[in-house]
Amino acid sequence: MKSLPVENASAGPCASSCTRRRFASIASAAAAGWLLTGCGPKRLREMPKERLRRALDEMEREYATQRGMTVKVADTPPMPGVLFGYALDLSRCIGCRRCVYACAGENNQSRDPQVHWIRVLQMEKEKGIDFREANPYYQPAEVPEEGHFYVPVACQQCRNAPCVKTCPTGATWMEPDGIVVIDYEWCIGCRCCMAACPYGARHFNWTLPTVPKDQLNSDTHYLGNRPRPKGVVEKCTFCIQRVRNGRYPACVEVCPAGARKFGNLLDPGSEIRYIIERKRVLVLKEELNTLPKFFYFYGT
Amino acid sequence: MRRLALSALLLARVAAPALGEEPARKPAALPGAAAPVAEEHPEVPPPPFSEGIFPCSGCHADLPVDRTRRALSAMHDDIVLRHDEEHRWCLDCHDATDRDWLHLASGERVGFEESYRLCGQCHGEKLRDWKAGVHGRRTGEWNGRKRYLLCAHCHNPHAPRFKALAPKPAPVRPTRPGVAR
Repeated sequence: MKSLPVENASAGPCASSCTRRRFASIASAAAAGWLLTGCGPKRLREMPKERLRRALDEMEREYATQRGMTVKVADTPPMPGVLFGYALDLSRCIGCRRCVYACAGENNQSRDPQVHWIRVLQMEKEKGIDFREANPYYQPAEVPEEGHFYVPVACQQCRNAPCVKTCPTGATWMEPDGIVVIDYEWCIGCRCCMAACPYGARHFNWTLPTVPKDQLNSDTHYLGNRPRPKGVVEKCTFCIQRVRNGRYPACVEVCPAGARKFGNLLDPGSEIRYIIERKRVLVLKEELNTLPKFFYFYGT
Repeated sequence: MRRLALSALLLARVAAPALGEEPARKPAALPGAAAPVAEEHPEVPPPPFSEGIFPCSGCHADLPVDRTRRALSAMHDDIVLRHDEEHRWCLDCHDATDRDWLHLASGERVGFEESYRLCGQCHGEKLRDWKAGVHGRRTGEWNGRKRYLLCAHCHNPHAPRFKALAPKPAPVRPTRPGVAR
């Protein structure tokens, strides 16, 4: 089919009234253009470094015109010999939700409609960890409330992640440093991953995310907190834009109770290894074999 | 005085605080004593003193030392001790001879910026976890420079129970078109 219109297009002069020939030449030009631009990888994860940087520069220009401000989109690679892990002290968390809002601010989550990557579940001490009885909407004057404890839940960064397995387009994957990330350009918004995630950690942008200009964090990473389009799924990335530069995630630094701990699972001297080796540690829904890198522990 | 006798028994080499010598920060390890946790000095911010209260010697240098246990009425009556108050009072932690210092049970004086050593006498497992970076809030770099806080930044030493906080707003309940919240 393709060779025929190409022959036609090259054969003889074309009159503007000759509608079939005109259509064929335009179609062949479009086909040639598609072939040329379609060469090479289009997914961000498959692009060579230089081409990725060019794509991100393009992205930065787009954000600048859209928002009238400079947004840096970094492509900081994973560090060798690093596998990130997280630990949360259930005996310390008081359920104040400082982490929820620090996360939303750091990672440019939509304010309206509201997207929160962290959900703090209030549970009753008598019933233990029971998701059916959990209440995320508690609002007393002061926390902690008597007889309750608090389980903040965000992405558990599973080593055997159901979301990654179910994604039909390969738009989500685990990076070498253990962070499960999403390519917002490649996500088609089918939400299969949301159905697959047993922790409710993935969130869908039903509209274009709204973040006031003065609250936008312009220090972004292309796999993390860069402004997202409408119709894509997003989730916690351990603050990839911070941790790949050696910093703690925003939730770790804001926690007034010091309940949140973060570090390199491959470093025997790290805080996270100290916890795993010495404290009572659990993971949520262990029976599902998702193998989270997010651990809960009792510090006392 | 009883404490002094105790310290003399335990640590013969530590200068008695009553002599007013320079505080011995790092006493030499005693033979036979259990190996202590490595005496590193984590980077900590200045202690959270109340406005204008330090140095304590500003007032106390001219005051006679009254070691009798009593309820304070003339000054510091705003301090409510809720920290094993049945057994302890001010001079168990604050140094009587120079109020700009704290002291350990051994009699060794420690500065306020090293108060974690004082707290760690009873809360040893917390001190161990704190040094490892597991107890308490950390900021900085997970693979580099970390900023610690002193115990007193989060726990009032006189009433150390962690204060209740007002929570941030609850998340918005999801809505469906035509369905009231």
